[in-house]
Amino acid sequence: MAKEYLALILGCILVNNVVLAQFMGICPFLGVSKKMDSAVGMGIAVTFVLVMATAATWPFYTYLLQPHGMAYLETLSFILIIAALVQLVEIIMKKYTPSLHKQLGVYLPLITTNCAVLGITITNIDETYGYFQSLVNAFGTGLGFLLAMILFNGVRSRIDNAEGIPDALKGIPSALIAASLISMGFMGFSGLIEGIFG
Amino acid sequence: MNYWKTFTNGFIRENPVLVLVLGTCPTIAVTTMVSNGIGMGIAATLVLICSNIVISMLRKVIPNTVRIPCFIVVIAGFVTIVQFLVKAFAPELDSALGVFLPLIVVNCIILGRAEMFASKNNVWASALDGAGMGIGFTIALILMSSVREILGAGTWLGYQVLPASMDPIAVFRLAPGGFFVFGLLVAAVALITKGKVSHKEASGCMACPFSAQCAKASEGGAK
Repeated sequence: MAKEYLALILGCILVNNVVLAQFMGICPFLGVSKKMDSAVGMGIAVTFVLVMATAATWPFYTYLLQPHGMAYLETLSFILIIAALVQLVEIIMKKYTPSLHKQLGVYLPLITTNCAVLGITITNIDETYGYFQSLVNAFGTGLGFLLAMILFNGVRSRIDNAEGIPDALKGIPSALIAASLISMGFMGFSGLIEGIFG
Repeated sequence: MNYWKTFTNGFIRENPVLVLVLGTCPTIAVTTMVSNGIGMGIAATLVLICSNIVISMLRKVIPNTVRIPCFIVVIAGFVTIVQFLVKAFAPELDSALGVFLPLIVVNCIILGRAEMFASKNNVWASALDGAGMGIGFTIALILMSSVREILGAGTWLGYQVLPASMDPIAVFRLAPGGFFVFGLLVAAVALITKGKVSHKEASGCMACPFSAQCAKASEGGAK
């Protein structure tokens, strides 16, 4: 059992990395990766919201939408739950843990429209994961996002200082090509889970 | 207001993908085959036109402070309708696009047009803007999926175009190829249209409805 969850987490982080293999959350990956502090902050905030959102949407779908034949409301209700949840977390954080709010608060409004959050909550339903399995999947995906942000921050700061990049490639294009190379590196992890746990 | 210019703006000059660099996630994810690119383009265009029309009609009713959630609800409603249509009439497309079909909700092109155009302009102009931006998105998807399908599988829209003796470069259909082709296309457009596209917008995230928030976040928040 524990082995199964460990395999799921490792798979989320390395093999099916949310940014580099599933193409979700590329906006913050490109937009908030210039500084290490903000890359880590964003990664932690996304992990936190992902787990919270999964904790809320999974029971909502399984016990309310599905038994009453309203499964088609999935998209609409999930985005509303996520938006409300992010607001709520922000308010609670501001009131009870102001220091944490100071560090993560600025990232929270960005997360509502982060497609990783909506994407993973829907994937959990599509893959018919159980409740705990869904939470583990969300947590692992968040860690994968954090890892991608940290790695990309390192590459990014090198690119920003590099000289001799042609004008047309400056900024986003060179960042995308760097992301392509990191993603190619991550392809090397395919088969890892079967190798260790198989 | 020049309606023709509103309509054609999105094609190249303000192409949402290649110039404004919005909607990166679906662009990279679904462009492994031209047919997927066209399907995604049409689905997003439908949502874009409908949501622009409705948001433009409601622009005087929606209170400013809660406008983003309101926009999202309108967009999510239309995405659900499009999901139904695709499931009924193009089930292969539904399985090919997978989770990226419902993810049209958080596609920042659509939210961006709602925020920057439909909430400030009349219904007719908003509909044209939605159509133009949708066509621009589709053009970008077709361009990118053409490169990836021809190089990665040797076919275009399912027809063999490269000689069968030539081995396709499979990596172009995988994740690294997506990032790579997208980077080169953005660079190519920047090179070709040099001077014609406004540089403020060409710098990427600026066109995103969350650019201010995002800039604040990338400066490290509290500091």
